Amino acid sequence: MSTTYLEAIRQGLWEEMERDPNVFLIGEDIGVYGGAFKVTDGFYEHFGEKRVVDTPISEAAIVGAAIGASYMGLRPVAEMQFADFITCAFDQIVNFAAKSRYRWGAAVPIVVRAPSGGGIHGGPFHSQNPEMWFVRTPGLKVVAPATAYDAKGLIKSAIRDNDPVLFFEHKGLYRRIKEDLPAGEYTVPIGKAKVVRKGGHLSIVTYGAMVWTALEAADQLAGEGISAEVVDLRTLLPLDRETVCASVKKTSKVLILHEDTRTGGMAGELAASISESVFEYLDAPIVRVTAPDTPVPYSPPLEDAFLPNTAKVVEKARWLYRY
Amino acid sequence: MSATQAVPTGRREEAALAHKCLYYMSLMREMEDRIERKLYRQGKIVGGVYVGRGQEAISTGAALQADPGDVLFPTHRDMAAYLIRGVPAGRILAQYMGRADGVTHGRDANMHMGDLQLNVVAIISALAATVPVAAGAALALKYLGRKNVAMCWFGEGSTSVGHWHEGMNFASVQKLPVVWICNNNQYAYSTPMSLQMACANVADRGPAYNTPAEIIDGNDVLAVHQATGRALEYVRAGKGPYLLECKTFRMTGHSAHDAAHYVPPELFEEWGKLDPIARLEARMTAEGWAERNEIDAIQAAVRKEVDEAVAFAEASPYPDPATLTDGVYGDQ
Ligand SMILES: Cc1ncc(C[n+]2csc(CCOP(=O)(O)OP(=O)(O)O)c2C)c(N)n1
Ligand SMILES: [Mg+2]
Repeated sequence: MSTTYLEAIRQGLWEEMERDPNVFLIGEDIGVYGGAFKVTDGFYEHFGEKRVVDTPISEAAIVGAAIGASYMGLRPVAEMQFADFITCAFDQIVNFAAKSRYRWGAAVPIVVRAPSGGGIHGGPFHSQNPEMWFVRTPGLKVVAPATAYDAKGLIKSAIRDNDPVLFFEHKGLYRRIKEDLPAGEYTVPIGKAKVVRKGGHLSIVTYGAMVWTALEAADQLAGEGISAEVVDLRTLLPLDRETVCASVKKTSKVLILHEDTRTGGMAGELAASISESVFEYLDAPIVRVTAPDTPVPYSPPLEDAFLPNTAKVVEKARWLYRY
Repeated sequence: MSATQAVPTGRREEAALAHKCLYYMSLMREMEDRIERKLYRQGKIVGGVYVGRGQEAISTGAALQADPGDVLFPTHRDMAAYLIRGVPAGRILAQYMGRADGVTHGRDANMHMGDLQLNVVAIISALAATVPVAAGAALALKYLGRKNVAMCWFGEGSTSVGHWHEGMNFASVQKLPVVWICNNNQYAYSTPMSLQMACANVADRGPAYNTPAEIIDGNDVLAVHQATGRALEYVRAGKGPYLLECKTFRMTGHSAHDAAHYVPPELFEEWGKLDPIARLEARMTAEGWAERNEIDAIQAAVRKEVDEAVAFAEASPYPDPATLTDGVYGDQ
């Protein structure tokens, strides 16, 4: 039976809670209501109020409490109702959690789940991709799955990880994609990218919902005789530069794609890493397709213009191919 | 002035105020009914829709007490504050529909709108973020020697956010001219009061900040109006902030997509009987402030105004995608 991205996250959480009694959930409207996106629907009934903690509207307290509980041996999984509100917990994440192990050796095994991303007409505060605020914070791990398989495998790895993991789940994928998942137990390692489509002419490196855009573009390009390889980063920190560079070494041309805005986006870091490691293999400039440097606008024609899409990727890929 | 003259004058004033309150509460209700029950369902509004049905008395009663120089910080359930400030109904609907004539020209959605010419500040989604900002506006008003105040609304759930406490404390320490207004509709999304705070009232938090706090019937527009008058008198006298907790009830789900199954149906029934518009109409006829046909005329005028506003919004174009990157900075 096909499993949606949302259901895959649910399953991952559920299985980990069944496996380890110290895993518990904490967040706003996650218990009786089952969460704003219904990811935790039914958890409260099954696991009870001790393990599914409905909180006041207090993101700093949610993450701070998760950190404190993790010091005492628990494995908290915190939910931000929308990734945009993670800013309210910024200090707890980037200063308390991220630096704890380095400063005094105290591990912070927490997971902060955050529904991110646009394309749902949510406007400037329900559509953001805040991953890069955290990717430049040593001590954190940042995960952004694109498929149901990876979402399930990575949420399980995140819960078992001994460091703080931010888990950005793209809300536009929740019910849009599905696939058959293995019946048995599996995990997906944090820190490993994946070549999700093989190709020879150029590489498209991306993550999150844009993986699907890249795959669509690759299909279209194949019709024109252009063979694009697609690399899904899956984890943004620690970054799997090896897999990216290996692909670039093979194709000699690279397009980096992300839904996040341009300046200071993941593409900049990857471009620097590629030119450091495999510069002599490059046959063309490194190309970026990203959102422009603006907030995410609400009105559909503005948001459509803001978001990268298949047509924009195909156009840039053609240019790169001909270069 | 003799007592016999004073009574009719007072009664005329009361009647005039009641008419005004009825007009703005009804306009807000009709606007939000169209938004939630028509335009949203027709797919003409694609973003989130949150309404203040049943809570109209609070933004109406309070905003009608403010001077134009007082700076308003309404929430997502305080549409009447915008209408009272003169934001055109058609532009509000265009805002919801993401059109070029919307207050933010399609950049932001629903009640996320402001106009500094009209002294109304736009909220961000993050709850209670306006509380310290309102304190800052009040600081400036005091600094500039103006007699004006900031008036800042928030839901009871928002008082759990750290920013709320920082803003409340700062305003009080600095004796800033702010009227804090809590729309206590007893739910924050699905979360009831009992899971939000361990005290029975938001007003109980006032003493911690040495801020006087009053609990008022948030479904009685004239009571809200009077209490706001008391608060303003205190605040304008330079004594510091003042907190009004308006008890009300959210007569809808959290948003248009939430059926609110978690709310016991008796509560809707009970609070439905306290509808602020029906209550004011009954009071107006009982006090002799209006005949039934005058009330009907107000409601008809409101419907006509909203018909015209819908037509305006529907005729408004979508913003030009070429403008996407405009306006991020002032020196572009
Ligand atoms: C910091 C933050 N966390 C979570 C949310 C999501 N959210 C939007 S409205 C809401 C409930 C607000 O409750 P309350 O303050 O009582 O206002 P009401 O909607 O009841 O008027 C929540 C949790 C948010 N907007 N901001
Ligand atoms: Mg509330």
